[in-house]
Amino acid sequence: MTLDSRTPGGPLPGKWDRHRFESKLVNPANRRKFTVIIVGTGLAGASAASSLGELGYNVKSFCIHDSPRRAHSIAAQGGINAAKNYQNDGDSIQRLFHDTVKGGDYRSREANVYRLAQLSVNIIDQCVAQGVPFAREYGGLLDNRSFGGAQVSRTFYARGQTGQQLLLGAYQSMMRQVEKRSVSLFANREMLDLVVVSGQARGIICRNLITGEIERHAGHAVLLCTGGYGTAYYLSTNAVNSNVTAAWRAHKRGAFFANPCYTQIHPTCIPVSGTHQSKLTLMSESLRNDGRVWVPKKNGDKRPPQQIPEEDRDYYLERRYPSFGNLVPRDVASRNAKVVCDEGRGVGESGLAVYLDFGDAIKRLGEDVIRTRYGNLFDMYRKITDEDPYRSPMRIYPAIHYTMGGLWVDYNLMSTIAGLHVLGEANFSDHGANRLGASALMQGLADGYFVIPYTLANYLGGTAFPVVTTDHDAFRDASDTVQGRIDKLLNARGKETPRQLHRRLGQLLWDYVGMARNDAGLGKALAEISKLRDEFWQNVSVPGPANNLNKNLEYAGRVADYLEFAEVLTVDALHRTESCGGHFREESQTPDGEALRDDANFSYVAAWEFKGVTAKPELHKEPLDFEYVKPSQRSYK
Amino acid sequence: MRITLKVWRQSGPAKAGTLVEYAADNVSADMSFLEMLDLVNEGLIARGEDPIAFDSDCREGICGACGFLIDGLPHGPVRGSTVCQLHMRSFSDGDTLVLEPWRAKAFPLVKDLVVDRSAFDRIIQAGGYTSINVGGARDANSILIGKDTVEQAMDSAACIACGACVAACKNASAALFTAAKITHLSLLPQGQVERYTRVVRMVDRHDDEGFGSCSNEGECEAVCPKEIPITNIARMNREYLKATLMRGR
Repeated sequence: MTLDSRTPGGPLPGKWDRHRFESKLVNPANRRKFTVIIVGTGLAGASAASSLGELGYNVKSFCIHDSPRRAHSIAAQGGINAAKNYQNDGDSIQRLFHDTVKGGDYRSREANVYRLAQLSVNIIDQCVAQGVPFAREYGGLLDNRSFGGAQVSRTFYARGQTGQQLLLGAYQSMMRQVEKRSVSLFANREMLDLVVVSGQARGIICRNLITGEIERHAGHAVLLCTGGYGTAYYLSTNAVNSNVTAAWRAHKRGAFFANPCYTQIHPTCIPVSGTHQSKLTLMSESLRNDGRVWVPKKNGDKRPPQQIPEEDRDYYLERRYPSFGNLVPRDVASRNAKVVCDEGRGVGESGLAVYLDFGDAIKRLGEDVIRTRYGNLFDMYRKITDEDPYRSPMRIYPAIHYTMGGLWVDYNLMSTIAGLHVLGEANFSDHGANRLGASALMQGLADGYFVIPYTLANYLGGTAFPVVTTDHDAFRDASDTVQGRIDKLLNARGKETPRQLHRRLGQLLWDYVGMARNDAGLGKALAEISKLRDEFWQNVSVPGPANNLNKNLEYAGRVADYLEFAEVLTVDALHRTESCGGHFREESQTPDGEALRDDANFSYVAAWEFKGVTAKPELHKEPLDFEYVKPSQRSYK
Repeated sequence: MRITLKVWRQSGPAKAGTLVEYAADNVSADMSFLEMLDLVNEGLIARGEDPIAFDSDCREGICGACGFLIDGLPHGPVRGSTVCQLHMRSFSDGDTLVLEPWRAKAFPLVKDLVVDRSAFDRIIQAGGYTSINVGGARDANSILIGKDTVEQAMDSAACIACGACVAACKNASAALFTAAKITHLSLLPQGQVERYTRVVRMVDRHDDEGFGSCSNEGECEAVCPKEIPITNIARMNREYLKATLMRGR
């Protein structure tokens, strides 16, 4: 099978306009005849549900939470990028496009990124119209700040709660459609299988998490907006219920998984403090606008930070990257933190942390200004660590945060299964091998508000749909598969909890498929993952009942999927012997330790086809052509 | 440290519930309250028993999923904190703590410490938005909003819909939750067009869902993890009065 990205022809700036004109439309009176199933209610899912509901489609929206407003987009802190150039500092669509392609280490599709940059300006307009309380200047205009990987200020923000406010905007718009009955809401539902009939995605099987009932839902298209797979690593900044299950089950039904090895390790998280931890907490990248990152110059300098004089401090990001300083992209900042800690210059009890110091900023601007900018983040830090960041520097360390890889999609956001569309973090499309800060919110909302209304109409308007009801054999088969797996979990009756097994998988992935990867380590991880998977099925403990709220049963099913997914993640990391963005292969680095790409051999998207749980997945390549941006060694010096 | 827990166990809405005692051993002061409960549940699961059901997701105080009463206090003894951000250093070795779900008619119990808060969604659904379709928005900077105004709106928009305000209120009123959204939108220029229809629709829906009335006790403000003040309710009442006068109700 050849992967066709269906990228429209013509010059880059006109591709999206041209595509919209050439796309088929669905007559307003016919839209309600189409049922669109949307799984997930984060920024991508909620924005898609509201915009498709407004257009008049019959939308069914599913989420695993008790309310759609709890999706993990709510936790995004720092901001959302848009090429508004409100600051008159040289920004443009062209520059946002360029920064994003470069930030992604030249592993993304140009046409997708250009469209994203174009749509970014509409997103801000839409959100402001919804009443999103973005930060303002005294004159009443919108305020901006800078984020990593950019030399312009194009990030819009609402304190450290930008994700919350954007998600509530999308959620409220979606609830307006629920009131109008164009969107039906199915909360407390977990999608456990995709139903494919004659090659088309025609429905889903889900479990009602309150009653345990296995439900069948049929439709004309399915939109997966289910986020990333960072929780495969156990400790991450993701919510504890974020998971790969929906995407993984779709993969097993034929959707290719693209670039799973592109994982983002966020440089500024609160360090691990003990084995009891259930998650790691992010401290927004926006803090690097005013915070300075440093470690002691000397190995093993255990003096408290206030007693270490300036001349004994190494502001290593400012030293190594004078033009971007503390605002280098995330992959670069994370790798450098690892390097200084590996040298023995890490701070804190574990030695796995670096300082993020606001001392200078507080001296320069005053404590009140810093409190206005980052008050809620400082409070969060204090609650978790019991230390006051206004008095002593924060200690931070990288943690798994976001996953650039995801289900393969074409320019229309459609996967390798007809009718199965994938939006937001769940797809692979726009961020290449590394995502720039404040671009995830932009992508989720661009996909849901502005891309899918056009590309879905094109699919629905141009496709013949045989009549399919939930009595169809495909629904029965999928439903039986789901039930069989639940029964198998309940009947394992072993001694280990899903959490213990998950923690072991996470440690394995962090050690060998984490910030630095090599051939031997990846090979070892592959062997260990399959052993751990066998152990899971022999020894997992999942007490009943099945017909009631049973969070441990839900969790066990997700861990079982991580154990399958981890293999394709590792296989992808093993096959890509170059370094790029968040994927750092120790064998491939420049003399001064930067990621060294191998464009001659790896300038492609790696899309993996499922061949069975124990079989090696099959690799398909989508070549990447760069017409407008010339790939070069990425430099932030 | 060692903590004794008395936890409300109830397998379903129609079943009888009771307090069951559990011992949490080897609790570290750096654990969050929910990580301590994870530890207790790990023991239960390993023994093949049904773990304690409680909601939680982001574990950084923003999703609003978590929440229960600790010794009668929503989210426990620390002000301005959700239970996921409450750490065991706030307690002492040997403490006995009673954990109960939110108790309110409009929040039917699902299981153990989990209640059904979908009434909140239905209040938002009644009018907690601006009726703007995608595609028609004008340039964002064409709407000027004063810095102080937007900061004040943001204070209200920070609500996470956890339900603590309802749990703390002797009338089980969701006035603070409803008022926070009404305040957010009525302060901003974008919210003016529907200002009066919104408040009436949302307040009416609030009452239809079975929440009680506000009698100005201020308990909600004291337990709100986002410290949203009761002045939001005063504003809601003023908006409602204006709306009824203007609409002749």
